[in-house]
Amino acid sequence: MKQAKRIRQPQGLLTVRIEGIPASAGYAEGPLFDLDRPPAAYRSKAGAAEEKAALKAAIGKALSRLTSLVENADGDAAGILEFHIAMLEDDALSGPAFVSIGSGEPADVAWRQALDGEIADYEASNQDYFRARAADLRDIRDQVLRALSEDSDLAASPGAILYGTDIAPTRFLETDWSSGGGIALKGGSSASHVAMLARSRGVPMVVGLGASADRPTGNALLDAEHGGIVFSPSPAELEAFRQSSSSFATRQGKAQAFLAQPAVTRTGTPVRVQVNIAYPSDVDGIDIETCDGVGLMRTEFLFGKSLPDEETQYHAYRKVLEWAGDKPVTIRTVDAGGDKPVPGFTVEETNPFLGLRGIRLSLARRDIFRVQIRALLRAAVHGNLKVMFPMIATAEEYSQAAALFAEEQAALAMGGAAHKLPPLGIMVEVPSVAIAPEAFANVAFFSIGSNDLTQYVMAAARDNAAVAPLNSVRHPAVLRLIASVAAFGREQGIPVSLCGDAGGDPAAIPALLEAGLRDLSVAPAQLAMAKAAIAGVSV
Amino acid sequence: MSASAEATVLITHEVGLHARPSVKFTKLAKSFAADVEVAIAANGPWFDAKSIVKVMAAKAPKGTLLHIRARGDGAVEAVGALVDLVQRDFDEDRDHARSA
Repeated sequence: MKQAKRIRQPQGLLTVRIEGIPASAGYAEGPLFDLDRPPAAYRSKAGAAEEKAALKAAIGKALSRLTSLVENADGDAAGILEFHIAMLEDDALSGPAFVSIGSGEPADVAWRQALDGEIADYEASNQDYFRARAADLRDIRDQVLRALSEDSDLAASPGAILYGTDIAPTRFLETDWSSGGGIALKGGSSASHVAMLARSRGVPMVVGLGASADRPTGNALLDAEHGGIVFSPSPAELEAFRQSSSSFATRQGKAQAFLAQPAVTRTGTPVRVQVNIAYPSDVDGIDIETCDGVGLMRTEFLFGKSLPDEETQYHAYRKVLEWAGDKPVTIRTVDAGGDKPVPGFTVEETNPFLGLRGIRLSLARRDIFRVQIRALLRAAVHGNLKVMFPMIATAEEYSQAAALFAEEQAALAMGGAAHKLPPLGIMVEVPSVAIAPEAFANVAFFSIGSNDLTQYVMAAARDNAAVAPLNSVRHPAVLRLIASVAAFGREQGIPVSLCGDAGGDPAAIPALLEAGLRDLSVAPAQLAMAKAAIAGVSV
Repeated sequence: MSASAEATVLITHEVGLHARPSVKFTKLAKSFAADVEVAIAANGPWFDAKSIVKVMAAKAPKGTLLHIRARGDGAVEAVGALVDLVQRDFDEDRDHARSA
């Protein structure tokens, strides 16, 4: 569950801010459109023959609608529509529904059951790409259901922000994006067809906002550069949003030219720019030539509904390592807890940001940690792997984690399995490490997690809109700690990078480079803009 | 006279035998009179290569050794053409493949 933060405004309106994951960068301001509106009710027919005829007609109607859409589509969009058409034309899809009608079910129930079975099968897949097709199947299901109930399917008004659990690809294609607008999903995936379309058309999109008890209405602000939405914004938030939005548009226009070039400052200092990824499929949309590797691969995605087995993890890590070739891939061991609970793993806490999260949890649940360690050791032979531990506060925690790597390495060597011990580094996000880095002179590298470091230094929760102004990486206290870690790294010959949101924030980049950093890791969508911002700095 | 043919081919396309590649694969299979089936293991299960629902259900990612067999008129040609399509990465250029 995401935490929604509320601030009571003077006018009595309730401002709600929810954080999610950016799937297509950009900004949108507009009225909300409810994607979860249930379709109109279906009126049952007189008998099985009539029910069959109704389903047949509805499939035909959905097909002709798709056929007319495909005529005006190109590239990716046409490919998606052709896939929907091929599925709907296949008797293997509708066959079970016609059988159910024969045994007394009405057409809508029969069709829904048949498709829900297929959808469940796709959702159970351990491949991202295949799982993302469940959204296509739901779309196909709903197109026919709408045709059955003769629902006119109210269109979103131009410039609207489409908000709901998930969005159908055909809904995306039917929407007029020429006057702006955006997509905000409680669920969703950055690997979905719609996410790909949104990126290629420049439609702002955020996924993973989490279930919300509220049914927000009115205007909303969608920030798909950082990943968040604000309902019923205050005038101050609206003004700040419009500034970010117009600065984004200007930067984006200038940035594209920088994407293909290595990043250098105005005075010719080279800066490494890597990418942060949350899912293995994220790399499918990135040209490896445009970045210096993966500075942060999160592994929380593996810990969704259940705990992942070793093979699932191994294949996920291997995919990214093979994509990157010789370039480094820094994988962070699971950072559950805090704002990222995992059923069966994390514990309920009154103050989760200060509780059993990151490496603390992994060391408390070694059975689970060892599975991840084995998968990492085995994947290491497929590329240039580095591994880092989140939320390290003491040198003892690092030693314990490193010892577990040594133990599992010995076990793999005994069993004759191919493996390699990667360099082991730490995240610098707990102030104790940033203040006294000398305790960590034996680690292979430091990666500054600026989001957590800032919230702990400023004592301002990063998901709380009420204290958002305090939560600035550019506060002198935070910058001084970053500079001191960078200096310590230079003295000791330990590489130091930064992988928090600040690394991709053009407003923060000058201060980070001035603090001595020369290695930033940013969201893929921010690569071009980060390089452009670096080019404007004189260090 | 009843012909039959069988072959295996490695899937090298980035996302495997999925949405768009499956559309092309099943369309090509349907252009032959022979019964065509695919499997991701030599001992099956075998799926109707003319049904996209069944082909997608095979869940064949990149790196899968795809088994293709056909029986009936044009069986040899059908297997040859389908193997060729897989080897050509379903005629998708790299950019296309990446976003598929």
